[in-house]
Amino acid sequence: MKKSRIRNIDQGAIMKLNKIFKNAFLITIACLVLSACATQKKAGQMQGDVYTGKDTVEYLASGVPDRVFFATNESVLTTASRETLRKQAAWLRKNSKVTVVLEGHADERGTREYNLALGERRANAAKDYLMTYGISSDRISVLSYGKERPVDSGSNPLAWSKNRRSVTVKAN
Amino acid sequence: MKNIMIRRFFVFVFFIYSFNAKALIEVDITRGNLNPLPIAVSPMSIDEESRKNFEKILKKKNIGSEISKIVEKNLKTSGLFNPLNKDAFLQAPDIANLKPRFEDWNLIKAQALITGKVNLINEKLRLEFRLWDVLAGKEMMALAFTTVPNNWRRVGHIITDKVYERLTGEKGYFDTRIIYVAEEGPKTRRIKKLAIMDQDGANNKFLTLGNELVLTPRFNPTSQMVTYLSYFRNLPRVYLLDIETGMQEVVGDFPGMTFAPRFSPDGKKIIMSFAKDGNSDIYTMDLENRIVEKITNHPSIDTSPSYSPDGKYISFNSDRSGYQQIYTMESNGKNVKRISFGKGLYGTPVWSPRGDLIAFTKLHKGKFYIGVMRTDGSGERLLTENFYQEAPSWSPNGRVLIFYRETKTDDKGEGFSAKLWSIDLTGYNERQVVTPTDASDPSWSSLLSN
Repeated sequence: MKKSRIRNIDQGAIMKLNKIFKNAFLITIACLVLSACATQKKAGQMQGDVYTGKDTVEYLASGVPDRVFFATNESVLTTASRETLRKQAAWLRKNSKVTVVLEGHADERGTREYNLALGERRANAAKDYLMTYGISSDRISVLSYGKERPVDSGSNPLAWSKNRRSVTVKAN
Repeated sequence: MKNIMIRRFFVFVFFIYSFNAKALIEVDITRGNLNPLPIAVSPMSIDEESRKNFEKILKKKNIGSEISKIVEKNLKTSGLFNPLNKDAFLQAPDIANLKPRFEDWNLIKAQALITGKVNLINEKLRLEFRLWDVLAGKEMMALAFTTVPNNWRRVGHIITDKVYERLTGEKGYFDTRIIYVAEEGPKTRRIKKLAIMDQDGANNKFLTLGNELVLTPRFNPTSQMVTYLSYFRNLPRVYLLDIETGMQEVVGDFPGMTFAPRFSPDGKKIIMSFAKDGNSDIYTMDLENRIVEKITNHPSIDTSPSYSPDGKYISFNSDRSGYQQIYTMESNGKNVKRISFGKGLYGTPVWSPRGDLIAFTKLHKGKFYIGVMRTDGSGERLLTENFYQEAPSWSPNGRVLIFYRETKTDDKGEGFSAKLWSIDLTGYNERQVVTPTDASDPSWSSLLSN
C-alpha cells in the first residue's frame, strides 16, 4: 500500500514535469514565431517603453538625429534624448541662421484633446533643453500634432513607442 | 457651402380631440426597452395630381410613402418602437387617415398608428398627420405643416419628433444634424474634412476640402455656427464657421496653440484650451465684445472644457493629480473639485443637456469606455467597452450619445477604420451611424425646429 502510494506520487510529479516541459516547449515555439513575424522587434529597440531604435529617425546633419522619444504619458527627457538634443544644439549653434519647429506627438492610446496638450508639453521639454544649451527661443517654435501624425500606423507597444516623440524640423 | 439653408417652417396645430391621458399608451425611456412598442406607420396618402407634381419637383415616385419611410426608420433606430410590416396593413392610407378601423390594426398587434395626408398647395408641401391609440380607439394627436417641397425629409423627422414626444413625454432628436470629421487615407497621412449630415445620415456634405487638418467640430446650441480646430498654415487654432454662409474666422489673438473649443449654452462664448510653454489652461472668449478670460491657472494640462446647461459650471479634464481625471468648477474658475475617482484615466467630460449627468471617455487596462456619471462623480456607469473609442456627444434631449470608435490595426498596420456609433443612455441600442467615409469627432446639433 505504502509503496504504491509513493509510486503514485512519483508518477504525478513526473506528469507535472512533463507538462512543464511541454509548456516551456510551446512558449519557445511561440517566441520563435513571434520574433519571426515581427522582425523589427529585435532586442534593444525599447528600454522600458521608450523607443531606442533608429528605424524612423532622420538626420538634420550627419550625426544629428532629428527626434527624441518619450515614455507613455511622460514628457521627461531620457539620457539618450538629452544627448540627441545636445547634438542638435551644437549643430544649431554652428548654423546660426537656421530656425526650427519642434513637433510634439503622442501615441493613439489617449483622448484627442489631452494628447494635443501632451504633444505640446513634450515639444516644450525639448525646447527648454535646447535653450539651456544656448539656443534662443526666437529660433524655436513649437507645434503639437497630438496623435494625428503617427510614423508607425501599428497598434502595438513598439509602434506606440515610435510615435511618442518630439521631432525637430528645419523651418527655413 | 452656402447651400445648406434652413428654410423656415410653419407648424401649427389644427385640431386636437380631447382625450383621456391616463388611458393612453406611454413609452418608458428611462430603462433599456427590450419590448419596443409595435407601431403601424400607414403611408401618407396623396392625391394623384399632387403625386405627379411632387414627382416632377423632387424626382420621387410617391412622396407620401417616402416620408413614411423616414418616420419608420427613425422610430426603429430609436430602439423604442417596432414599426410593423406594411404588407400586413388592411386599410387603405386615405381611409385610415379619416377614421381607422381599430379592429384591423389591433389584429396585426399594432398599439399605435400613424396616418397622414400630403398635398401640393400653391407650390408648398402641406402635410397633416394623426397619431392614434389603437387599443383605446382614440386619436392622440393631429398636426399639420406647410413648407417648401425640398424640406420633405425634415417633415418626416418632425413627425417623428412629435410622435416621440407624445408617446415618451420627452422632446425628440430627429430633426437634427451631425457635424463630424470625415477621414480617408492611411493612418500616417490621414486626410480630414469637416462634414455635416442629417441625423439619419442623409444629405451628407463636406464643408472643407481636406487641405489642412481639422479636428473636434462642435455646434453652437443656438445657431448654425460651428467651432473647430484647424491646422491652417500649420498653426493649430480654434476657428468659427458659419455653415450657412461658409464664413470662417480665427477665434481670438492667441500667440500659441488653441484647441478643444466648445460653445457656452447661450452660444455667446467659446471655451477652449490655450497651450503655451508646455502648459495648457482654459480660457473663454466672448464672441460679442471679444473679451478673453483665463479660467484655470495651473501648471498641469487643463483641457476638454464643457459648460453645464445653465452656464454656471464647467467640467474639464486635468492631470493635476498626476493622471488625467475629470474636474468641475464654477464658471469663474473657483471651487475646483475632482469628481472622477474610479480606476483608470478619465477624459472628454461632456455635460448632459438635461444637466444631471456628465458623459466621459475612460481608459483602463488598454480598453476604452464611454460612460456617464452624476455631476458630483457618483453613480458611474460604463455603457460600452472597446479597443478604442472616445468623444461622446449628447442628443439634444440627453437620451442618446454619439461617439466614434476606431478598430485596431493588424501587424502590418492595416485594417484600421473609424466609424460613428450611437448608444442609448440605458446602455442598450448600440448602432453604427453610417457615413460615406470613415468618420470621427461627431457633434449633435440642437433641434432645428424648436
